[in-house]
Amino acid sequence: MNNITYNQFDREVHPPYLAPEYKSTILRAPTKPLIFLKQSLSELTGLVFGDFNLGEFDNDLTKNSIKNGEPLGERIVVHGKVMNENGQPIPHTLIEIWQANSCGRYIHKVDQHDAPLDPNFLGAGRCMTDKDGNYKFYTIKPGAYPWGNHYNAWRPNHIHFSLFGANITNRLVTQMYFPGDPLLQHDPIFLCIPPKGRDLLISKFDLDATEPNFALGYRFDFVLRGHNATPFEKI
Amino acid sequence: MENILNEVTSSSTLGAVLQTPSQTVGPYFAYGLTSEQYLYDFKQLIGNQMVSPIEHEEAITIMGRVFDGNGDVIPDAMIEIWQNDGENQLFGRFGTGTDPQNRFIFSTIKPKSVDGQAPYLSVIIFMRGQMIHSYTRIYFSDEAQLNATDEVLNAVPDERKNTLIAEKKGINIFEFNINMQGEKETIFFEI
Repeated sequence: MNNITYNQFDREVHPPYLAPEYKSTILRAPTKPLIFLKQSLSELTGLVFGDFNLGEFDNDLTKNSIKNGEPLGERIVVHGKVMNENGQPIPHTLIEIWQANSCGRYIHKVDQHDAPLDPNFLGAGRCMTDKDGNYKFYTIKPGAYPWGNHYNAWRPNHIHFSLFGANITNRLVTQMYFPGDPLLQHDPIFLCIPPKGRDLLISKFDLDATEPNFALGYRFDFVLRGHNATPFEKI
Repeated sequence: MENILNEVTSSSTLGAVLQTPSQTVGPYFAYGLTSEQYLYDFKQLIGNQMVSPIEHEEAITIMGRVFDGNGDVIPDAMIEIWQNDGENQLFGRFGTGTDPQNRFIFSTIKPKSVDGQAPYLSVIIFMRGQMIHSYTRIYFSDEAQLNATDEVLNAVPDERKNTLIAEKKGINIFEFNINMQGEKETIFFEI
């Protein structure tokens, strides 16, 4: 082992555990202070993805569950870079993706929102970053949907992501939002984020990434926890 | 912010880029993250058989439930386990929504002691109502000797130590319950 130590969560940008406006946190947020843990071998390592074979259309949610036609909705292409706080790209790491369909309905059995399912859209996918930390996938722009948190509560359009990064301190589950969404200012899940961090979850429309006559482009970068040593060495 | 985020290309910007904030995994992760466990038609990359119990006679089963502040079992949590003892690196994932008792269940092998410390599993916990995931560890009740001298177990408050120790329930079965709040609140770590 070497002497690398990974940074802790930056609590100035991450949401707190308890945020009563988001009601589900009330009975689920840890109440006692976290106990500082010196990072050891287990914390400084994590899943390696060389052995995973992704499916041919895992990175194309518009194609990976076609039954009898194209999924309905606005095709988009989402791309960006995965890096750490030091600005170093994170190559060959897995990004898992899930989302509602264009009508704001999840295929999950628990979702009872009265909006149609799309037989040609599952809403799940994944991709790997390339050697420079870049990723790209195609999907359908997800719709907004109501939820039970409070009267007339609606989630803004969003895509869920799960990332692994260099080790388990890098683990990140988050949501990407879209620019100009009027629901953001009413969404307690988004507003739980301290003001300093909020813009980091809003993707940017990207005309250069937009594919003519095919799909609108959005850019979204992920920044995982960094460390106190350079240059980066794979542990 | 826009410029920094979009133009970082070198490693010369230590601390210049802000971490991407965490958001909840939400209630609907299953078809994306644990698809085969929940019987969705999408290949699953990571499951709860970290080793196959029929191929490893030393395999152990770790099972348990996650409870909220009312003591109610949480049926929509996702638990991940990572272990690395320098010899075996194993990762597992399981949602609490398919077992009739809402247990998480993993097959793995007990890691070896590293540097004289007690063997443990690293645990990552996700759920609706958690804006940011939690980390804890699973130690083993049948390692009393190593547990007694373990640096981490000796650094945590005595009265909470047992929240980190899985109890042996059978020949190769360990139970580890996670309490998000309350008297028995599990120790969660800042790592």
